[in-house]
Amino acid sequence: MSKTGYALEISNVHKVFNRGTINEKAALNGVDLNLNPGDFVTIIGGNGAGKSTTLNAIAGVWPTDEGRIIIDGTDITRLAEHKRAPYLGRVFQDPMTGTAATMDIEENLAIAYRRGQRRTLKWGISKPERELFREKLCVLGLGLEDRMTSKVGLLSGGQRQAITLLMASLKQPKLLLLDEHTAALDPKTAAKVLEISDQIISENHLTAMMVTHNMKDAIAHGNRLIMMHEGRVIYDVSGEEKKNLHVKDLLARFEEVSGGEFANDRMILA
Amino acid sequence: MEYFLSLNPMALLRAWPGSIAQGMIWGIMALGVYITFRLLDFADLTVDGSITTGAAVSVMLIRGGVSPILTLPIAFAAGMLAGLVTGLLNTSLGIPGILASILTQLSLYSVNLVIMGKANQPVSVDKYPLVVSLRYVTGGSTGSRILFFAGLALFLVVLVGILYWYFGTESGQAIRATGCNSSMARAQGINTDLVKVLALMISNGMVGMCGALYVQFQGSADVNMGRGAIVIGLAAVIIGEVLFGKFAAKQKLAFAFTQMAVIIGAVIYYMVYQFVLWLKMPSDYMKLFSAVVVALFLAVPYLKEKHLRKKGVVKA
Ligand SMILES: Nc1ncnc2c1ncn2[C@@H]1O[C@H](COP(=O)(O)OP(=O)(O)O)[C@@H](O)[C@H]1O
Ligand SMILES: [Mg+2]
Repeated sequence: MSKTGYALEISNVHKVFNRGTINEKAALNGVDLNLNPGDFVTIIGGNGAGKSTTLNAIAGVWPTDEGRIIIDGTDITRLAEHKRAPYLGRVFQDPMTGTAATMDIEENLAIAYRRGQRRTLKWGISKPERELFREKLCVLGLGLEDRMTSKVGLLSGGQRQAITLLMASLKQPKLLLLDEHTAALDPKTAAKVLEISDQIISENHLTAMMVTHNMKDAIAHGNRLIMMHEGRVIYDVSGEEKKNLHVKDLLARFEEVSGGEFANDRMILA
Repeated sequence: MEYFLSLNPMALLRAWPGSIAQGMIWGIMALGVYITFRLLDFADLTVDGSITTGAAVSVMLIRGGVSPILTLPIAFAAGMLAGLVTGLLNTSLGIPGILASILTQLSLYSVNLVIMGKANQPVSVDKYPLVVSLRYVTGGSTGSRILFFAGLALFLVVLVGILYWYFGTESGQAIRATGCNSSMARAQGINTDLVKVLALMISNGMVGMCGALYVQFQGSADVNMGRGAIVIGLAAVIIGEVLFGKFAAKQKLAFAFTQMAVIIGAVIYYMVYQFVLWLKMPSDYMKLFSAVVVALFLAVPYLKEKHLRKKGVVKA
């Protein structure tokens, strides 16, 4: 535990893409956010608000320009992406991103099970691990426990996301990052993957951040909700206040900050 | 008619054992190319230089009195150094992969000249106890020839076994994950830069060792002997995949079968090569021939899929 007791502290993080070119874009303009251990935060905001960029800044996909990012008391601001991996579980919008398609289900899980460890000349998967993976796959209820030596590339998007979720949590992360991880799925599959996410988060008592463009989901899941706009956190509710939110409240907020413009097309209102 | 009468089938049959041996030796190089091209997804042109480096190191050491078999691991190490340079140019200095490998390849031309002292260095089977030689295929008793092929085949099987084991270890899995999906690999804590360098070193080590064997097989090293080697390696990989890929993938030890397919691809390449020479294709055209073979085999799977897609069989 850090001195402050926060699971995640983001202070004054800035990120400009393509600085000095015609495509210059200030994606993050001083993001401030502290998460308590066990917080499950949903993140909403218009297209280009900086939601993905915030998650990528935490994951270290590229260096940030300014600010600090501290996970459970460890300053990770300058760590390379693979060095932060032990702290983080990640699931991406594109189901292709989180898994290695040409490798078996069990190999993908074995790789994730060694997150943060040195990769030695020991055989890549052991018998007890296979048993463990089988049990965990069983819990997903997708029948994948009988297909452990199938190539992940043969699976559907929903199945791949479920596996990625499992991979993200096999080794307990300090923080789980979900970036619109159900957006590419059909509604039924999306609901199932969301259910699995909830289950994994509560069972492992994870601190989690979930970006979604579905306001209903954002209200229904987690204990806290933030809205981003133009690279900043502009709204932050939790507890009872969040529980009592309605989509129309969020829309009103959104219209307020975006200067009267109506909510953007990708926001699902229903 | 006159042309056909002038072709002597016996001449082809006499030449083929040599082609088969040459194909088996180049199969080692093809395995190296398979590691970068298929597993790592990196088009590594270093090999044109590193195969000659392995050859040059082997020849000069043998001429200096070192046991020919001992030169194999040393050539492997020399190849690894070449791979290390390409890897560092790419990962530490940010030079695009293909360009990094071309830079290494070009600089190796000078390095190889320095190692050999001049453009060509012979190593005669009469003077040294070479590990492999065309002489073992064309000369000697039938028994000794069979023994030679059996020994070479055994060596390849052991090599395939070692690679099978390695790519099943945690370290080998990291290479495969990086080649398949580097975002996933980094998210799982794999240092993809380090892994790339490692894979390039292993691959070029194989290529260097192939050079050491090949130079003994043909009895001399030439500074230009590696020109177009990557194309031959790719040809072997692709021929092997097109002919045996589906079969290999269904086997229990799929990866071992795939590697065998690549080696057989190299053998087929050299048998066809010999066949085309036998048809009296001028040897000047052979590089063109090799390039056309690779272009064809690369295009076939692509065109097939495009055709199927047009017919709506495969979804986009
Ligand atoms: N790698 C990148 N290179 C250049 N621009 C980027 C990059 N990633 C994001 N951006 C830009 O930064 C802004 C914020 O993007 P993002 O965080 O992806 O938005 P969202 O809130 O929709 O997830 C957008 O204008 C986007 O185009
Ligand atoms: Mg986004």
